[in-house]
Amino acid sequence: MALIELSGIERRFLLGDTTVNALSGLDLQVDAGQYVAVMGPSGSGKSTLLNLLGLLDRPNAGSYRLEGRDVTTLSPEEQAAVRSRRIGFVFQSFHLVPRLTAAENIALPMMLAGIAPTERKQRVAQALADFGLDKRADHKPDQLSGGQRQRVAIARATIMQPALILADEPTGNLDRHTGDEVVHLLEALNGNGVTLIVVTHDPALGARAGRQLVMEDGQLKHDSAHAPG
Amino acid sequence: MRPADTLRFARDAAAGYPVRTALSVLAMSIGVAAVVILTALGDGARRYVVGQFSSLGTNLVIVLPGRSGTGGFNPANTITSTPRDLTIDDAASLRRLPSVRRVAPLAVGTSEIAHGGKLREAMVAGSTAEFLPIRNFELAQGNALPDEDWNRGSSVAIIGAKLRQEIFGTDPAVGQLVRVGDRRLRVIGVLKPLGQGLGMNTDELVIVPVSLAQAMFNSNTLFRILVEANSREAIPAARTQSLELLKQRHRGEEDVTVITQDAVLATFDKLLGALTLGVAGIAAISLAVAGILVMNVMLVAVTQRTGEIGLLKALGASAETIRLAFLAEAAMLSGIGALLGYLLGQLGAFALRLAFPVFPAYPPSWAVIAGLSTALATGLLFGVMPARQAARLDPVLALMKH
Repeated sequence: MALIELSGIERRFLLGDTTVNALSGLDLQVDAGQYVAVMGPSGSGKSTLLNLLGLLDRPNAGSYRLEGRDVTTLSPEEQAAVRSRRIGFVFQSFHLVPRLTAAENIALPMMLAGIAPTERKQRVAQALADFGLDKRADHKPDQLSGGQRQRVAIARATIMQPALILADEPTGNLDRHTGDEVVHLLEALNGNGVTLIVVTHDPALGARAGRQLVMEDGQLKHDSAHAPG
Repeated sequence: MRPADTLRFARDAAAGYPVRTALSVLAMSIGVAAVVILTALGDGARRYVVGQFSSLGTNLVIVLPGRSGTGGFNPANTITSTPRDLTIDDAASLRRLPSVRRVAPLAVGTSEIAHGGKLREAMVAGSTAEFLPIRNFELAQGNALPDEDWNRGSSVAIIGAKLRQEIFGTDPAVGQLVRVGDRRLRVIGVLKPLGQGLGMNTDELVIVPVSLAQAMFNSNTLFRILVEANSREAIPAARTQSLELLKQRHRGEEDVTVITQDAVLATFDKLLGALTLGVAGIAAISLAVAGILVMNVMLVAVTQRTGEIGLLKALGASAETIRLAFLAEAAMLSGIGALLGYLLGQLGAFALRLAFPVFPAYPPSWAVIAGLSTALATGLLFGVMPARQAARLDPVLALMKH
């Protein structure tokens, strides 16, 4: 069964007097467990697509079915609940809360979801161990290296055991070595069955994915799954 | 989000911006402290005046010569324009009234008192034996005025504690002769120190028999007649009976004024209560200002933390969760500010009481409760707008601000 089904998605922005079609007539299916790279030049609609997939934005037209359920018609509160349980975000600039420690940042989605403190503690300890952050639990983000910060962010994205991880240029702010570490980490998660969608400018990173999407002017220009040959 | 988590999150968020937090807490605490101190002052003034009046004596009815206010046209006034004297006999006649327990006539003047080469000015009160119990005065040494015919004044005097100390020093005063005006009087008693008593400092008072005082000051009229009613309930009866009797004695002319302590007290109580309320109102304005400041601070917080709000939304926080977190933070700022202000205000009132021991500057409990709850209410009220603004932020735009 397809995890994601987009059909006829339109997303328009009003810039002054002119309407910009960020996405137009987009149809896309992503199966559960797939590893998808979204590429394309700036302004091609990659980020808009990612925001739509993450339920941070709503399309002007078209339907989005996540795990067989139409999520475009949900209320904002219901969408927040779906984000909380089913979707994890990894950002280019990590987006850690500076006043919280690594452990608290990882626990944040569970706190927002109202999970009991004892269970939170247990799961955070497990996550810290899994991501090699045991010794950094009480460090604030500004005391961590870039690679460590992104590992904290990935731990945070996975702590609610989502079905889908959306990564926006996850290696964009990292050097090649730590970037590779982070990519391996994400790919390991994908190996465990989590659907992974990565937006990137980096052709090398894009080439690692099982499926490549290339966008241009709000439309899919190339999809390796349906590519001839 | 669990309530405990919301509170902890708000606390950490507030602690994350110490200057901003300290400023809004300070503003709120100054507002609450102003309410506490100003109402303590106002209520202290009320209590002070009420206390002074109560120290006059209990169940007191006071007769003054002359008519205060206009009582309509009275043909008697057209013939005799000068008010009739309020005499010692008038006072003595009041003793026969059924509702009256004690009566003390009072004649007042200033004179000089001298002994052993020391001389000073003193206030002289001419009265009778019952003056001391009516005014709740107590003797430190010696005896009260002799219980004699009111028109026959013995040459004796009771002096205040400060006078005794200034004129006799450590020597015994009772039994000594002093010169008061042109009379030589024997000191028969010394009052216990009491302090100020409504314009009459009893520690510097000389009490002599009433007829002696009238002779000294060459006057036939009394300054006041102090009448003590049998009980609190008997006060109105004592008032009307006194008025009626004196009117009769003055040939039907109502040329005296009778006031009750209660009426005076109630007037002052009301007056100063209103003053306290007014002052509290002024202080409440500073609370409102503090509330607006909390709102500004929270609005700045929303702008400052736009990226964080976007992140929280991406991590699955509902609008409700974010609204509650910001509201909790505003409530916390104003709550801590209110508590701090309460302590500050109590400290200020305490300092006032230390500086002016006679002045009972205690904040009334209604003002404390009103001040604290107004602070919390304004904090919450002015926290709603920023909280709603935070909850309404578009997550995509908010995330780009990070």
